[in-house]
Amino acid sequence: MDGCKRPPRIAFLSANQPAGTHHARTPTMSSASAPSSSSPTSLRNAVIRLAGNSQDGIQSIGGFLARLAGRTAQEVMTYMTIPSTISGGPSIFQVHLGSGEVLHEGDEADVLVAFYKHSYENHISALRDGGICFYDTADMGPEDVKNERGIIHIGVPFTSATVEAVGGSTRDRGKNMFVLGMVCAVFNLDKEKLVGIVSRQFGRKDESVLRNALLAFDAGFAYQVGDVEKFAFVPGGAHGAHRISADGNQMLTLGLIAAGVRYGSAYPITPWSSIMETLRVELPKYGGLYVQAEDELAAVSMTIGAAFAGHLAITGSAGPGLSLKMEALGYASMAEIPLIVVNVQRGGPSTGLPTSVEQSDLMQAIYGSHGDSPRIVLAPKDVEDCFYIALEAGKLAKKYSCPVIILSDQALSSRIEAFEEPDLDKHWVEPTLDLSTRPEGFKPYPLDAITQHAPPGSKMAGGKYPVSTGLEHDEMGHPSGSPKMHTLMTAKRRNKLVQLSKELPLPVIHGDQTGDVLVIGWGSTYGPIKESVDRMRTEGHKVGALHLRHLHPMPDGLDGLFKKFKHVVCVEMNDSGLYGYGQLATLLRASLADPRIQSVCKTDGLAFRIREIVTGVEKIMAA
Amino acid sequence: MSSALVTPAAPATDKLTKKALTADHPTWCPGCGDFAVLNIFYRVLEKLQYPHENIVCVAGIGCSSRFPYFMNTHGIHFIHGRALPLATGISLSRPDVHVFVFGGDGDGFSIGGNHLNHAARKNIKLTYVIMDNFVYGLTKKQTSPTSPIGFKSKTDPTGSIDRPINPMRQLLASGATFIARTHAAQVKHMEAMFERAILHDGFSVVECLSECVMFYAGAFDDSTPRKGGTYDIIDETQHDVTNDVEAYKMAENLAPGKFGVYYQVNRPTKNALEQKWIDDTQSKLGGVSQKDVLKKRFETMR
Repeated sequence: MDGCKRPPRIAFLSANQPAGTHHARTPTMSSASAPSSSSPTSLRNAVIRLAGNSQDGIQSIGGFLARLAGRTAQEVMTYMTIPSTISGGPSIFQVHLGSGEVLHEGDEADVLVAFYKHSYENHISALRDGGICFYDTADMGPEDVKNERGIIHIGVPFTSATVEAVGGSTRDRGKNMFVLGMVCAVFNLDKEKLVGIVSRQFGRKDESVLRNALLAFDAGFAYQVGDVEKFAFVPGGAHGAHRISADGNQMLTLGLIAAGVRYGSAYPITPWSSIMETLRVELPKYGGLYVQAEDELAAVSMTIGAAFAGHLAITGSAGPGLSLKMEALGYASMAEIPLIVVNVQRGGPSTGLPTSVEQSDLMQAIYGSHGDSPRIVLAPKDVEDCFYIALEAGKLAKKYSCPVIILSDQALSSRIEAFEEPDLDKHWVEPTLDLSTRPEGFKPYPLDAITQHAPPGSKMAGGKYPVSTGLEHDEMGHPSGSPKMHTLMTAKRRNKLVQLSKELPLPVIHGDQTGDVLVIGWGSTYGPIKESVDRMRTEGHKVGALHLRHLHPMPDGLDGLFKKFKHVVCVEMNDSGLYGYGQLATLLRASLADPRIQSVCKTDGLAFRIREIVTGVEKIMAA
Repeated sequence: MSSALVTPAAPATDKLTKKALTADHPTWCPGCGDFAVLNIFYRVLEKLQYPHENIVCVAGIGCSSRFPYFMNTHGIHFIHGRALPLATGISLSRPDVHVFVFGGDGDGFSIGGNHLNHAARKNIKLTYVIMDNFVYGLTKKQTSPTSPIGFKSKTDPTGSIDRPINPMRQLLASGATFIARTHAAQVKHMEAMFERAILHDGFSVVECLSECVMFYAGAFDDSTPRKGGTYDIIDETQHDVTNDVEAYKMAENLAPGKFGVYYQVNRPTKNALEQKWIDDTQSKLGGVSQKDVLKKRFETMR
């Protein structure tokens, strides 16, 4: 017990506080040094930040905690940073566990676990007033601790206790498991389930690996952290039969498979790569194939080849790779080839911040090609939605025979959430390849209908075989430079998306339906915006949150919703640009000519904190 | 193919004739070597009698890349330089179709040069005909990657100074498993080369010298006997087509050089290797439905 001479009893939020207000908690630290054997204090939410180096395995224990939450009817959202180097470098994993709805990764941590002195120094500011900091006594001592803001510092010998427990020449490998055991004890987590998850993970490896991991875990579990009070989460609400925990890239991948995608090609780039790695391994199980291409140009071209061949196909990348695919995407708009393109956005431009989050590819996704090349752009709001957005993308690509871009982002790609297992009996799409004989008079590019191609292998009853083309063409696909034909065909390619915008349901406003301010967001800011709106409403403002899932085309009739609010604010993780508006705000202002639309933007490569949104929106309201 | 067929490919097809294969009249200039390539391709397809609906012609951008419009088969006219990766996507996902790629020297050796290397090393099952005219014709006379040193073009008015690509050596190094060289004015030889290329199980490339009468007239006179040149055909009793080192030596001087099969070897195609992986993977699943495979995957995430 270094750094904490008089061990206090620490209490987090108690169970009787209503859900959704935990942001307003005031930590209470009772003065009495009650015995630690008393029954655990119950709590609804806790944010645990694990800070160390990238090789310490903190991502894996963070993952174990997240999976445990999924199995114990708790909500969870994680956040991680990894250095863009292969090994070494500081890394964090933050887990927000809760018994109610967890919408964001947590503005501040309740508990900080610092593996090193540098971890402590860099992350102590992220710990809330009165929070608990566990640090490894191997790298720092009480003299390094800043006694401020009522933070409780507890020195624990992660390293030496692990070495002692595991023995042999393990050195400090396994100290992450020691920490996991300790966290399990402090938060009264379900030890049996947690050990089960750990065992399954390590069980695939050498037997000694699992044995050592469990020895370290048990040592951490048994370690007496002193008179720190034990906590327990109140039981979570009733959930469906099964819950799963996964990250965004996993759910996007599995969603694509459920949507009937069986072919595609890509080139590795962070943070997209794990999708292509998984597709490469998974698709053969479904009779499909995912190919690593020599470059981004080849990747999109191979994918268009598979799509032309009649399959639902997918390519993907991060922002720089999407730029390289743009010429071919222009072709796909012109030739009306259906395909799905995933862009896991990161900080840009250029190599930029390859392991940070940003939403700066919206304009690129919608307009980033030569010529007038309409396409569909969608963005998932959370990890669970990654699955459903992939399903929707598949349906839209087929129906409208054009490229569909899914804009995910780095935060969504790697964070873990727990949610209800998708009902495959309801959502599964059986892949089809339509090689039916096309009737006489078949037109590949009809002016009065949406293009539906006849892939190779289809007999043409009229004897005339179609050519898919990037030249402007007539209804039969013959090249045509006629001014009238280019006007008509440009309108044909645009009007199918106008039709889609009329078919899209208007988004439902969360919170007040009329009032002071409507906060608009897209993509992974969904949770933080919803939480911010809830907070502003408890403070007496009349606020609504509107999430746009369909970014191009947007649903028809948004202006009607906007009219019911005094202010309209777009919250985006991109730059406010030369004229003071983020990318979505610029689009909305241009399309709706509503000068009330304002922006709250940021470009620090981090997800929005609740207070950043609240402060930004309140500033606009006050102006 | 993983997808359920809506309708299986139709059975008995009518006999494939030149008439059935002919589409728009070519937009090429009178005298262009590409006319002969088109005619010989019709003839070879008539001979092979593949089901009409299973023939796909793919091209990028260039004069010769207009090819798909002149073929009445399924076709795709794609973007500059990317015909090969596009054709790769078709070939790997549709083992039932025959994929033919047409293009010029700019498409193949310049803007699409990297794709040629990779399609070749992966041994993608398709046939690629490069109609090489040593010049950019569609854009009206700029230097091409195969233009000889000294060739005067709009981008090299005093003559090209860059060493041209040696297509045979480049293809040998890239790992293509069938490499041949022919001439649009030598129709019988061209026909033989096309047929052997198409019947080769793997990535087959034929470089076909095809004169651009507008912008590089006389480029191939040195290999055109009626213009005083020599058409020197490789004697395969003397040349071991499986010997790449010998082929490399033979390709030292391509002005005019030799014509015929430089190299042919059997190596498993990516198509076959991937299919084996798919089959092996599926055999381990014990006939579980695709939907159940995904359901089981979700179970592991609980």
